[in-house]
Amino acid sequence: MAEYTLKVRRYQPESGEGPYWEEFDVELEPSLSVLDGLLQAKDRDDGSLSVRCSCRAAICGSCGMKINGQSGLGCKTQIGEAHAQANRRPAADRGTPGRGSEDVPRPILVEPMGNMPVIKDLITDMESTHWEKIRRVTPWLLPHGEPPEREYVVEPESMIDITQSMACIQCGACVSSCLSMEADPEFVGPAALAKAYRFVGDPRDAETKERLHDLAEDPHGIYDCTHCFSCIDACPKGVAPMDQIMRLRRKAGEEGIDDDPNNGHNHVSAFVKMIEKKGTNDEALLIQESYAPGIKGKLKPTKGAIEGLLKSLPTVLRAIRSGKARSPSKLIPGIHPKLPGGAQDDVKAIYQHAEAHQEEFNIYIEGEEEAEPEPDETEAGEIAAEEGTP
Amino acid sequence: MPTHDVLVIGAGLAGQRAALAAAEQGVSVGILSKVHPVRSHSNAAQGGINAALDPGDSWESHAYDTVKGSDYLGDQDAISIMCEEAPEEILHLEHLGVTFHRNEEGKLGTRAFGGASAARTYYVADITGQAIMHVLYEQLMKHSEQVARYEEWFCTALALDEGGECCGVVTRNVADGSMQLFGAKAVILACGGNGQVWKPTTNALICTGDGIAMAYRAGAKLMDMEMIQYHPTTLAGKGFLITEGARGEGAHLLNAQGERFMERYAPSKMELASRDVVSRAEQTEIDEGRGFPDGTVALDITVVPRKRVHEALREIVLVGRDFAGVDITREPIRIKPGNHYTMGGIKTDNDGRTDVPGLYAAGETACVSVHGGNRLGANSLLDTLIFGRRSGADAAARAKRTEGSRPSGAALDAEEEKIDAIAAREKGSGRRVAEIKQELGETMDRHIAVFREEAGIREALEKVRRLKQEAESAYIDDKGSVFNQDMLAAIELGFMLDNAECTCVAALERRESRGAQYRTDFPERNDAEWLKHIDLQQGDDGPEISYSEVTITQWEPEERKY
Repeated sequence: MAEYTLKVRRYQPESGEGPYWEEFDVELEPSLSVLDGLLQAKDRDDGSLSVRCSCRAAICGSCGMKINGQSGLGCKTQIGEAHAQANRRPAADRGTPGRGSEDVPRPILVEPMGNMPVIKDLITDMESTHWEKIRRVTPWLLPHGEPPEREYVVEPESMIDITQSMACIQCGACVSSCLSMEADPEFVGPAALAKAYRFVGDPRDAETKERLHDLAEDPHGIYDCTHCFSCIDACPKGVAPMDQIMRLRRKAGEEGIDDDPNNGHNHVSAFVKMIEKKGTNDEALLIQESYAPGIKGKLKPTKGAIEGLLKSLPTVLRAIRSGKARSPSKLIPGIHPKLPGGAQDDVKAIYQHAEAHQEEFNIYIEGEEEAEPEPDETEAGEIAAEEGTP
Repeated sequence: MPTHDVLVIGAGLAGQRAALAAAEQGVSVGILSKVHPVRSHSNAAQGGINAALDPGDSWESHAYDTVKGSDYLGDQDAISIMCEEAPEEILHLEHLGVTFHRNEEGKLGTRAFGGASAARTYYVADITGQAIMHVLYEQLMKHSEQVARYEEWFCTALALDEGGECCGVVTRNVADGSMQLFGAKAVILACGGNGQVWKPTTNALICTGDGIAMAYRAGAKLMDMEMIQYHPTTLAGKGFLITEGARGEGAHLLNAQGERFMERYAPSKMELASRDVVSRAEQTEIDEGRGFPDGTVALDITVVPRKRVHEALREIVLVGRDFAGVDITREPIRIKPGNHYTMGGIKTDNDGRTDVPGLYAAGETACVSVHGGNRLGANSLLDTLIFGRRSGADAAARAKRTEGSRPSGAALDAEEEKIDAIAAREKGSGRRVAEIKQELGETMDRHIAVFREEAGIREALEKVRRLKQEAESAYIDDKGSVFNQDMLAAIELGFMLDNAECTCVAALERRESRGAQYRTDFPERNDAEWLKHIDLQQGDDGPEISYSEVTITQWEPEERKY
């Protein structure tokens, strides 16, 4: 048993008061979960502390919340680890006088999910945010014609491929963590787009093309994602919503959808080519290259490119003013610096490697976090050798 | 007053399947659930769903395995229906979009499961229940014009008309605490099992036996309430489930001495004997000192190829890692038998009809009975779907041919009064609800578990009756209307205590050992006296006992060996 303090962001809608923080002291094994801690506080101290929960085993998706600022499931976050995380201090903080005593541990911060209205304590309104977005992607199979007499015969890999997005439990942690949605609340978002891939990747669905056009052409669709990886970090089930969004983008590209109003596909292509050629992003040329690549674009910029450049000016000025764009000279087309030495060759080598290994990462096939080499064979060899020694 | 032809309470697999089947008949349907439908506990069914779909297999073989698994307490007409209709149901689900595992030819592939004479379990990795339920929910979204969804509405009681027919329900809208009477020509209870009556349990916190208790209070008969399954592989302490699929994939059970002890108990089926058999074997090892000091034995999954584990048992890899700190691909994991499934429930016929006209039940809430004394792995999903569908269809047919009556406001008033009374109890006037729930769970797990005997059952029954009295004065902290989970917990506690009382009474009554009911004081199965169902009906002093015959069609009872 160990003692922990949970500092919970509370809101009691009938009290007439705004949200407030309240600390609860709990006592439980470090291997138990933050949800177990909350339930202990609820059972012993205050039954009005409200949190949706059911399975306690990360399968029902009820208990999405933020723990120390990170979106996830309360039942899947061990309280001992959450405590350690809350007390992991940046190196600069250590030993600095006036930073508070090292002896007093910091509480575990527990808050309702983000990007959703709060109803009460840790309970959010998922209906008006999460579920509405799910319904936005026509979330049911649309096969062509009458079903066959027996099952649809499909590639076994295709089912494993979409089982990764099928593993989604609709907990909303990815939505809570989504930075793009913070900037654009209308973004269809990681959960709904992962759900969309479940149909786009399903060989039984006959509306693949329509789905891809729909999501590519929606200004809040697949090109609204900024690759921040937050949803991948937040997802408790390894669905990796951002990967599913990237799959949708590739499929949209393969489908030849390159005239979407977001110019998303061409933007991606321009970006990829630019890094291959220059190693870093040449901001001055990116928009122009996205609309009309190469010499042609330079000689005769398209209307879209001019509009895009004009629209981006306020952002550029803000960036210069705030010190984020530290070398304004780079903004003059043509003087973008090259990478030093042979570094550009290394970048090209990465491209070649990536192109030669075009397998999709899928947890159901690869196993997860398989960074370490498979030790079985070598170990087995060693053991056999040892046993062979008299 | 919201009124539907057919109203379904509970939105797990049985409820959603019932709602879709009723809607297909063109009647107006409402589905109401105390949690959002995808939070329902059908999610937890990991391993798969049985069907004799392969041309080399037969429904008779599936039915025989089920009958034998039930220790001959299952009704063979119902079992035959379930097994015969299984293949069509699997194909229906596949056509709706369930991402079933495929074999190399791209056709549906199977895995082996306990108690089965053929590999006939169809699956989606180890998220089969979740995958099917999410696909059914997709269909509910698709058919939102035919099926009204009431998500996060809590049903507190059934409403009967003067003729004793069910004509609606009383509910509480969780979001704002308002009480609402619903009218319906048929009500289908699909509220799941009562695992929370035990602690620990594999069941979710919502599995509080609501449907069973509401039907019992409305005068419906319950059946086989003593038959409570202890699953052989649950994590010690927390009670989390490790799917039988792990053993289906070849995992071994080992005692602390590293012996594959199932050799002594089920030499031919080994780890894949029926669940009651495996759980008893484990408990015997533990009780006789051959387990680990923490009261467990080991499940060794390292014998299954690593790639296969990641592909087919991924959920278990996560459960091991996150909840036990064990990498199951590299070391054995400690497990023990734990409360898992309610074989008994509301007595129904093969179309889900209960003794109360207009009231139906399906899934774990119901007892048709297809599971008898012991449910086979991967038969629960099948039960929910087949009898969910049949209930939905029959309820729709009833709605078409009856006028229906309006429920009277008296039912609503009575429930409102009860709730006001709970809210009015002063802090400290009695015990906390959570405290009573804890004592109930521990009591049941001690006495109504893998092995039972008269003195223990009596002790449990006495405690349950005392707790029932204490619940009358138990207080809650939250007096509000919005998401008052404290209030719901107090109502659920009442449901749980009714379930517990019925289980104790039935366990005491059945003086033999059959399936999950193993009486150390009556260790033999006794077909001459006890090849019958125990039915319970609410009386003035608790459950009143009667008996009904087990339907036997073609499989005469014989000794059960695995």
